[in-house]
Amino acid sequence: MANDPISQFKIINLVPIEVGGLDLSFTNSALFMVATTAVVATFLMLSTGGRGLVPGRWQSLAEMSYEFVANTLRSSAGNEGMRFFPLVFSLFMFVLIANLIGMFPYFFTVTSHLIVTFALAMLVIGTVMIYGFAKHGLKFLKLFTPDGVPPALFFLVTPIEIISFLSRPVSLSVRLFANMLAGHITLKVFAGFVTSLIAAEGLGIFGPMVSILPLAMTVALTGLEFLVAFLQAYVFTVLTCMYLNDALHPSH
Amino acid sequence: MSPDENGPGDAQRPTEAELSERKNRLVRSLEERTTKSAAADKEGSSGAGHGYAQAMKLSTEFVAGILVGAAIGWMIDKGFGTSPWGLIVFLLLGFVAGVLNVLRSAGLMAEQKDRMNDG
Repeated sequence: MANDPISQFKIINLVPIEVGGLDLSFTNSALFMVATTAVVATFLMLSTGGRGLVPGRWQSLAEMSYEFVANTLRSSAGNEGMRFFPLVFSLFMFVLIANLIGMFPYFFTVTSHLIVTFALAMLVIGTVMIYGFAKHGLKFLKLFTPDGVPPALFFLVTPIEIISFLSRPVSLSVRLFANMLAGHITLKVFAGFVTSLIAAEGLGIFGPMVSILPLAMTVALTGLEFLVAFLQAYVFTVLTCMYLNDALHPSH
Repeated sequence: MSPDENGPGDAQRPTEAELSERKNRLVRSLEERTTKSAAADKEGSSGAGHGYAQAMKLSTEFVAGILVGAAIGWMIDKGFGTSPWGLIVFLLLGFVAGVLNVLRSAGLMAEQKDRMNDG
């Protein structure tokens, strides 16, 4: 694998498929998405298969993840929000496992591509808009018009509010993507320092000695990256819950 | 007055002691809930990367507003051939929306849904 920090994000065609001029090739990104889904599904199926009254290790892990997401959803969208639980739980597990799988050396990080996170965010906002209009009809549009605004300012404020609403999926996806991208680049850069210091001519014995510093940094950053992987999955979930709350109770 | 049981047909008014006991119980359960949710809030925002996360959050909110404004302006120009006016106007509006996003996520302005109380 190359030593530069960017090539880890390269998309590689594994199985070229073309349907009607569309490039639908099975790439390494697709492979890791399938792997993520498979890991989540296997984990949940195996761990809930026993259904012991006293949960074992795996079962309590599955129950913990269920309760964590359920509490997050309930606290920000209320009991009514629980109808979106399957969506929110799938999103959380997918993002979390995709982030964690990306932490393996030589593995591809699905969430480090903007188009993937943007697709997830559009799924959320699409749900919010469709559900909001279906439930509240045109009253849902009141989200964009502040009360008591002077008529002269109405045509200025409404576009601003609409842009602000539309920027939600963008900021939601950019946040996840930028965190994963920046984290993985930083890791790779510091890891690269280790090899280049050892290989450096003219430093003699000092090269390998000094290379301990970036190595320690890499270890510390790996720990931080695990935190970020979890934190970003959590943030994505919390914001999803908040947006769903808007759809459920726009006049709350 | 002997409040033996609060049966459904009991027309007796609850005594002062009962009322205050009930109030205390409600206050206690409310307190329990608020501390629990406050702890949950803290859990989400504390930790090693708190300042970093905050900076990330605010900057993406701002950039997202500008990007969406520019995209809308660009599409209007493309659709109606009004170049470059759509881009100019909507880029500025996007800038304003970005500032609004930042103020909102910093908790300095009302959320969109909060002002619909009267609606």
